[in-house]
Amino acid sequence: MAIFREFDGRGRDRAAEDRRRHKELVEDSIKRNIADIIAEESIIGEDRNKKIKIPIKGIKEYQFLYGKNKPGVGSGNGNEKRGDKIGQEEMQGEQGQGTDQPGNAEGEDIYETEITLEELIKYLFDDLDLPFLERKKFNEILSEKNYKKLGYQQKGIKPRLAKKRSVVEKIKRQKAHQRGKQTSNIQLNEEDEKEKERFPFKEDDLRYFRLRQDIKKETNAVVICIMDTSGSMNINKKYLARSFYFLLYQFVRGKYLNVEVVFIAHSTIAKEVSEEEFFHKVESGGTYISSGYEKALEVIEKRYNPSVWNVYAFHCSDGDNWAEDNDKAVKLAAELCKACNLFGYGEIQMGYYRPTSKIKSEFISKIEDKNFSIVTMTRKEDIIPALKKLLDKENGYRE
Amino acid sequence: MMTLPMVDYTMKQLEMWNNKIEEIVRREGLNCYPQEFEICSYEDMLCYEAYVGMPSHYPHWSYGKAYERSKTLYTYNLKGLAYEMVINSDPCLAYLMKDNTLLLQILTIAHVYGHNDFFKNNRLFAKGTQADYTFEMFKNHANRIRNYIKDPSIGYEKVERILDAAHAIKFQTTREVEVKKLSEEEKRNRLLEKYYQESKVTSILDEKKEVLFPNLNRIPLEPMDDLMEFIIDYGDLKEWEKDIMRIVMEETKYFIPQIETKVMNEGWASYWHYKILNQLDLPQGHQLEFLGRHNQVVRPFLGSINPYYMGFLIFNDIEARYGRDKIFEVREIERDQSFIRKYLTKELCEEMNLFKFDKKGRDYQIVEVSDEVGWKEIRNTIANQVGMGGIPYIKVVEFNQKDGSLMLEHEFDGRELELAYAYETLKYVRELWGNKVSIKTKIGQVSKNIICDENKKITIQG
Repeated sequence: MAIFREFDGRGRDRAAEDRRRHKELVEDSIKRNIADIIAEESIIGEDRNKKIKIPIKGIKEYQFLYGKNKPGVGSGNGNEKRGDKIGQEEMQGEQGQGTDQPGNAEGEDIYETEITLEELIKYLFDDLDLPFLERKKFNEILSEKNYKKLGYQQKGIKPRLAKKRSVVEKIKRQKAHQRGKQTSNIQLNEEDEKEKERFPFKEDDLRYFRLRQDIKKETNAVVICIMDTSGSMNINKKYLARSFYFLLYQFVRGKYLNVEVVFIAHSTIAKEVSEEEFFHKVESGGTYISSGYEKALEVIEKRYNPSVWNVYAFHCSDGDNWAEDNDKAVKLAAELCKACNLFGYGEIQMGYYRPTSKIKSEFISKIEDKNFSIVTMTRKEDIIPALKKLLDKENGYRE
Repeated sequence: MMTLPMVDYTMKQLEMWNNKIEEIVRREGLNCYPQEFEICSYEDMLCYEAYVGMPSHYPHWSYGKAYERSKTLYTYNLKGLAYEMVINSDPCLAYLMKDNTLLLQILTIAHVYGHNDFFKNNRLFAKGTQADYTFEMFKNHANRIRNYIKDPSIGYEKVERILDAAHAIKFQTTREVEVKKLSEEEKRNRLLEKYYQESKVTSILDEKKEVLFPNLNRIPLEPMDDLMEFIIDYGDLKEWEKDIMRIVMEETKYFIPQIETKVMNEGWASYWHYKILNQLDLPQGHQLEFLGRHNQVVRPFLGSINPYYMGFLIFNDIEARYGRDKIFEVREIERDQSFIRKYLTKELCEEMNLFKFDKKGRDYQIVEVSDEVGWKEIRNTIANQVGMGGIPYIKVVEFNQKDGSLMLEHEFDGRELELAYAYETLKYVRELWGNKVSIKTKIGQVSKNIICDENKKITIQG
């Protein structure tokens, strides 16, 4: 006679620890592949809290096993003929139910994990160990006196009278009063009515807001993204630039409470554009880098006084500047360095033949400001190192 | 998550049906261990599934992964959770999922007795495992590993490092069940004997033979298939590391009989649940549900093989052709490979519409169908791929005592190794061996030697 018993796990989650460890390994794997994820996914310009699905190559349990190009046997419906094509690459049939054996799960484990962009960025920056940017003049800006209402008090000045609350207090007292009357004498209804009309506020009813001054030390930062949108910046180059800006923007936003972003697109003339235009618009034409810088300086002067704003300006270009503009560009770049906490120039070059552009060598030789950085990006894998180099401004990185 | 049905039975009912089933089991001549059933929730079932059915098991992230995987598949309805799990133990322990309907419980109880009998009587289990020691063994393994984790001089990470590597090669151990191991001395003598035999001039007409004197200092003397054991014996592992290797080996050894008899075991259990339920006089509604469930379990999988289906058909066919006693004999002495080679007939191949496919370029193409010409080829393909035949056979060829490197060889039978996996696995071998390792195999009909150097850099020669 068999024994039957009910298993009572008492809510004990025996797999918890191993799942935690597995999750940790998966996270490590995300971190390792994050550059790819960010460069691959079209997450740019997405809301931070949006969940994005990222396929993660699961933590594989490697063993010696046979590849996919081995023969196999399967059941059919009887109409199969020799030479019939039954599938491509992926076809491996379905899995049986209820495995009670270990080790028969071969092949690909692809997980899809949903994480928010926020988390993704956090992983990225945790790992990068990026430098803290120098903060400018704490307190001075945005330390606007915020007042927070914190409950009520009985004494206070008139402007802080909490009317609603005071009425509530009055009604409370009124009700209590009535109840007291009712228990002692149920008659005298008419007089009651009259008295109700004459039930005035007393000093005790009044309530005032209790306030606490809330001084926030905030800093202001503005990121000025200047992109070369001339004809020579093809889709791929723009793609790199845009991924780069995206990360940069996320980074700065993570460090400052109030970040503004200015997008400037330039060919031979520069325009301040919307985010949408900046990332998606294709333009053509020649290149005056100086035009972008001029525009940036103009924006800074008008709206972001460098004495109170932290200004970061970054310029991405393929370096294909028209020769007559080089001198002017260098001059303006030097000016930008003075106005900005950090000014970076990212040169995007693709293909096998990658000569150093004229403008880059001019920058290298003529600009000595410590807060000027130059990086080169050729593939999406370069984006994150480039970002790190750019931001590591202790002594302006130069290649 | 899908909503689960309410429990529609009582313990009393289960016991009542079980009694009826047990009676049939006895009458039919099944020879079972005492049976125990544990009714558990879906979450507990997931846990059991992740931890290979064991109430106690050492920790490793791979079980956490298995859990997440089952849960994901289950949540998205991609895979049904096992209705039941049966452990090869004495007494035999089976888990029934609480949310099963009464009929499903009855069906699985009957199914479980099939497995129980199989565990107790099949040669591989009887000789290769110690059913009465199962739970103790796993508990003992768990304790040993936990102690190493707790040991301040070892700790979680070091244990995990060895477990990761040991898991990677856990099937590279001997596949033979119950073969007496020869000592080094015996092996040496055997080699010498073979040499004398071969070099003996048996007739004056024989030319003098050139037989090389065997190299008795070679390690291993002859190529061997137990990589795990070899690393334990000749590698540079610490005592506790060797112990972890042995734990993983013992567990593999426990599971090899199950891997080797998947088709038979499921076929046998399905044969019995069908036979038993037909004798139970189920009420009308239950009878219909039973047929539905049964057909679900033994249905063909298009494009692959359902072991329940194939095993069920073969056992029924054996009974029809050779009589009842024969099926008992077969369940005792065969394993999937021999079972299929001997008893998968042309007619059965036809009935199952089996076809063989192969990869041509990126396409999978049918190369054989179950007709006069093709069925044997199909049968042989299955026989070669079932059980441990699905796992590459790898031998330790030589431990080079000059540079400390280890040479492995994949016994190529037409199936190529998955290279990406081979590289990573080789790195694990290197992790355990501590020195350069290489493996010889064939890729695109050409011999290649994959080398993993001390820095875990992979290169391919040849």
